[in-house]
Parts: sequence; structure tokens; C-alpha cells
Amino acid sequence: MPTDVNTDNVEKVIFDGLVELGTERDELSREASLEDLDVDSLDLVELAQIVEDEFGVELRGDDVKDVKTVGEVIDLVVAKAG
Amino acid sequence: MTRRVVITGVGAITPLGVGAKPLIERWSAGECGIADGFGRALEFDPLDFLSKKETRRMDRFAQMGVAAAREAIGQAFGEEGELPYEAHRVGCVIGTGIGGLPSLEENQQKLIERGEKAVSPLAVPLMMGNAAAAAVAMRHDLHGHCYGVVSACAAGAHALGDASRIIRAGDADAVVTGGTEAAISGVAVAAFGAMEATSPTGISRPFDARRDGFVMGEGAGILVLEEKEAAEARGAEILGELLGYGATCDGYHLTAPQPEGTEAARAISLAVADAGLTAVDVDYVNAHGTSTPLNDRSETMALKLALGERAADIPVSSTKSAIGHLLGAAGAVEAIATVEALRARTAPPTVGWEEAEEGLDLDYVPGTAKPIENGEGPLVGISNSFGFGGHNAVLCLAA
Repeated sequence: MPTDVNTDNVEKVIFDGLVELGTERDELSREASLEDLDVDSLDLVELAQIVEDEFGVELRGDDVKDVKTVGEVIDLVVAKAG
Repeated sequence: MTRRVVITGVGAITPLGVGAKPLIERWSAGECGIADGFGRALEFDPLDFLSKKETRRMDRFAQMGVAAAREAIGQAFGEEGELPYEAHRVGCVIGTGIGGLPSLEENQQKLIERGEKAVSPLAVPLMMGNAAAAAVAMRHDLHGHCYGVVSACAAGAHALGDASRIIRAGDADAVVTGGTEAAISGVAVAAFGAMEATSPTGISRPFDARRDGFVMGEGAGILVLEEKEAAEARGAEILGELLGYGATCDGYHLTAPQPEGTEAARAISLAVADAGLTAVDVDYVNAHGTSTPLNDRSETMALKLALGERAADIPVSSTKSAIGHLLGAAGAVEAIATVEALRARTAPPTVGWEEAEEGLDLDYVPGTAKPIENGEGPLVGISNSFGFGGHNAVLCLAA
């Protein structure tokens, strides 16, 4: 049963996912830029797998190609679920 | 004018520890890094060398390759690793037997249990056999020839041979080269066991009458090779010279060596001739010496065939008695061990050798290390590597 998609839940899953992928937790915020966090295209594909496992929301490469910040990733997942 | 190839840096991760120094010192002291039937590099922690993210993006074999490369490059070019040559004049050629097998197994399991969507996007870059070469090149900004070499247990020696040819041909001034392997995992352990290649007793005792198969090991050996004049011009400390290289193929059997060692002998002769030397110039042999009944017999015959009477007069020892068989890393780790043995003018022992077998009558250096004797000048050694598929790669080294 997928987890309920709301901003708080998605933020937690994305933050935890980025830490799992090697980002330092104290560098994470909604405003943090993916480039500054050294989050690249491979990380985004892995993050998309985590999101799909958790929420049943499918993200493709095209969906995330223009995303610049952590907050934008969170908003995108919430919007896709809606 | 022939371009010559010298060694200016070495790095190793082995069951005897992290670094080339514990490898040669502990082996020379007769120590053995094998435990519970495997030669695991227990002291290696990837997080000592890589960030958490880098660690996730490399299989263990690539992690070890990067760690050994850091040691070798640090020794050759200084701790900052600043290249003394233009980046496109520095290559990176690293061998492996199988590449990221644990990553392949892990993702295969996910595929079976949870379907295609569970397979990691990192699976291919983790398991590809060229991953270590790519990771080292990316980390040290090397832009010359760069690829992996895959020839089973001869891969490390083939990589060094290729690297020396690249320098000799003038395509590079330096090449970071060697071999790395971390395949002590489900399928490989089961498969080597199924073909009865590995030791059921878990003991590596090359050339001993009681030998019953090889012991799987893991680790990496990386060397920095440079064109001799360029290395001398920049004042580099020269550890040794890669004088010659010989490579042949048995064309005989998928796994068994050609019993008389004819093609292995030809590879030895080619390496010695490539060095501009003859059999009487060879002072030490670092044998392939796997501890399998077949290899150690055919290798002994090959040494006699190639070196004639000289074979009986010089020490012949096997690093695998101390660390097990590092497969695609073996040739590179053993080349490092050979150079260090020549530098110390001491042949480390074939650890655990006690019982002679008829026909296996060379000086396998039983018990303790012994001096390599031949005047005061540089000593010459050969390092043999033979792989499943009948691949024979032999390096002739001096120090």
C-alpha cells in the first residue's frame, strides 16, 4: 500500500533518499540546489525509483530534467500524484 | 632510439594489508593472509579512500583499484597527484577477471524478486569490467588510452604488458596500470568449486605434493609506468624497469593448461628476449604457482623448457602461498612483489611448502626468504601469469 502523498511525507522520503545516495543531511533544505549538493542525473533516476516504491508515482528522466532544487523535486512528486 | 619503461609508483590492497609495504614485508616474513579458506582484504575500508557517494557508485573491485592507484600515483607524482605530463599523455589500463560480479548478482536477485523496475540505474557502471580504469582516470584526470583488460588470471600482467607497449610506441609518457578483483561471491565461489579448481582444504601451498587447488583471494595492484628518459629528467625515484613482455596462448583447453607448458615457456622466452637478455640473466622467478595440481606441474616444465639449466639455479616462489589467488589482480600484485623482492635482493618464501613431488624439483624457497644472488648490479626477475582460456602473459622486470 503506497504511502499517502502529502508534502511532509514526500519531503521526508526525498530527504532520506538523498542521504542514502550520499548527501550530507545538514546540507539538505528545500532551497538547496541539486548542483550544489552534487546530485546528478544518475542520482535523480535512483531517487525516482525510491519515490515510485514509496508512493507509486512514476517519474521519468524528462520529468526531472529541468528541476533545479530539492523543493522542486518534492513539489513535482506531489503534483504528479494529484 | 628505443623508449624504455620504468616503474615509479606502486600501490596494493591485499589480504596482507593496505599498501605495497605490508605485502612485501609480511610475505617476506613468511606470513599468510588467508583465513577460513579465502584471501580476503579484511583491512580495506573503501570509506578511507572514497566519499559515501563514490563508494556507492563503485563495486568493490573498482574501489580497491582506486585505492591502490592513489598509493601508486602518490608515490610517483607526489601526494597532490599533480601530473608531470599533459593529461592526454597519461593512460590508464587496468585488468580484471570478471569485474563487478557482486553488483551483477545483487541486481539479478532484484530482477527475479521484484521485476525490471527494481534494477539499479547504476548496475551497468558498477559491473562493467572497465569500471576501475574509468574511475581511476576520472579521479586523476587522465585523458590518454584508457580501458579494461579481461583475460582471467592473466589480466593484471596483460594490462602491464599493454601499458608498456603504449609507452614504447610513443602514445603515452606514463600509464597507470595494474589489476583488481573482488569476486569472492556466490556464483564465482560456487563455480570454481564446481569445476574443482579451488582447494577443498582451503590451503594454498603451491608446488607442494599435497596441493589440492587454489584459494580465492581479492585485492588490487596498481603501478605507475613512465618513459625512462622523461622520468629521469623530472628526477623521479625509479623503483624498477619493465624490461620485457611476452604473451602467447595455449589454444588447447578452456581451463586446463597445456601439460608440457610449451606455450607458457614460449611466453617466458619472448619476455626475456624482449628484454634483450638470455636465460642466464634471470635471477628470480615469481611463479604463477596457483596450488592447483595441473598448473604447478606444467609451470615447472615451462620454466625448465624456457630457462634450461638456469631454472634449477635460481629461487622460484609463489606470492599465492601468502595471499591466495587474486585472479585478475594477481599479475599486477605479483609484479609489484617481484620488483620489491628484487629491490630487497631477497626472494620471499613459498609459504607452507614442505613436501616435494617427483618432477617438481626447482628451488621453491621453502621455509624462509633467501638472498637473490648475482653480484652488485640490478637483478632481473620474471613474473608469470596464466589464465583460463590458455592465456600466458610474462613480464621481465629489473631492479
